Amino acid sequence: MTLLEVKDLSISFLHYAKGSRRDKTNVVDGLDLEVHEGEIVAVVGASGSGKSLLAHAVMGILPKNVLVSGDVSYKGERLDAARLKRYRGTEIALVPQSVAFLDPLMKVGEQLHAPADGREQAAERRTLFQKLKLSRQTEKLFPFQLSGGMARKVLFSTAAVARTRLIIADEPTPGMHESDVREALARFKSLAEKGCGVLLITHDIEAALRIADRIAVFYAGTAVEIARAEDFSGSGEQLRHPYTKALWRALPQNGFEPLKGAGQASGPAVELGCPFGSCCGSATGRCAEGKPEPRELRGGWVRCVHAS
Amino acid sequence: MLLEANHVGWRYDKGDWLFRNVDLTVRAGEVVGLTGPSGSGKTTLGRLLAGYMQPAEGTVSVQGRSPGGNAHDPVQMVFQHPERAVNPRWRLEKTVKEGFVPEPGLLEALGIRPAWLSRYPSELSGGELQRCCIARALGPETRFIVADEMTTMLDAVTQAQIWHAMLDIVRERQIGLLVISHDRPLVSRICDRSIPFGE
Repeated sequence: MTLLEVKDLSISFLHYAKGSRRDKTNVVDGLDLEVHEGEIVAVVGASGSGKSLLAHAVMGILPKNVLVSGDVSYKGERLDAARLKRYRGTEIALVPQSVAFLDPLMKVGEQLHAPADGREQAAERRTLFQKLKLSRQTEKLFPFQLSGGMARKVLFSTAAVARTRLIIADEPTPGMHESDVREALARFKSLAEKGCGVLLITHDIEAALRIADRIAVFYAGTAVEIARAEDFSGSGEQLRHPYTKALWRALPQNGFEPLKGAGQASGPAVELGCPFGSCCGSATGRCAEGKPEPRELRGGWVRCVHAS
Repeated sequence: MLLEANHVGWRYDKGDWLFRNVDLTVRAGEVVGLTGPSGSGKTTLGRLLAGYMQPAEGTVSVQGRSPGGNAHDPVQMVFQHPERAVNPRWRLEKTVKEGFVPEPGLLEALGIRPAWLSRYPSELSGGELQRCCIARALGPETRFIVADEMTTMLDAVTQAQIWHAMLDIVRERQIGLLVISHDRPLVSRICDRSIPFGE
């Protein structure tokens, strides 16, 4: 069953340019994505490509100065304000990206509990703390007293309880030590085996590959490719989109190749053509003609006119 | 030219020791990795080395550090979250030029586009901001850089671009580099040697 379905999602920011004139910047553009029951879908890609915005759009916590179009549905129902209120914190949980999501004036232990929590969840969290090597003492600390890695573990523990049906995890692992990353990933895997859907937003491709069933690659506000985990191997011949290949080959363990061409290749696509066109080695005149439409290819899909 | 920590220890007030008896040396032109579990005090050690804090015991020494701390310090630090390391109300130009005026060549080598300098931090991506933070740290008197999870928040392509630029500059100017990171493949790719911490 499809747990989460995102259809043609676009997000743009409105900001005051001069006086009362407002400018619109598109940051997410025509995004489609599905997460099924028991499935882990990883979202990897460029910094600033709209990965966190996707998470915030699903959770209904985007800032006020945005325009959102498209559909987000949960279990086949449109996820409107009333349904969000019902599911958020019980069936749908977010692992936020930064420690700034914790209340700075509240001790960690006090803010771990959701209003819907009972004894069962409290016990679950305690076990999780032990597995992640957080001492009981941690519950008595204020957020500013946590190290970067400790904060991640605390954020992770807020969401990863068995009651949850859909977890949106926004960069849950950076700063955590190797062994804790393994523990956290194993936890996601075991929740997925019990039917929970996980949307794992990360730039740790290695981590994503270890547990994800499918991998969505984001660039400039849209998914340019959806691949299977096994496509990421060797020098990336199985990958479909040139950006995915560049991302794979840029890993320290795979050649550490920087992308040639334009220095910074992220951010909103403003041009009409393929957003990756200006940095792509195989770009031709066709790429400038319009945004490539998604098409199915070798068990995944891709937005590139050249991919074969 | 050496950056040295001798028997350095740290704790908050009278709390438990976070670490004690840490000895560490970084030579000019050397790239050293520092890896260890979260909460073991890697960032704190970095801050001690960079002179942001005084060790609770032991000493940190580097040639050219002003005792009053009111001159350009030879040890500069680059942080994990660039958006928290810059003044949100300053345009980037002011931030980048606060300590010295970088040559256009340096900005170009780091892939910084001139247009970014007229923007505010909230209008740049993490990778763009981090490049500006690196430029700011590479002043003429900088001899050592402590890079604390410098590219942890960035995608692999941006990470590779930034490190290639950084390593070229560091090699040319014989700057010593301490790389604090969890990413073992990254550390083994770029560092001459690595020090396990708190294990």
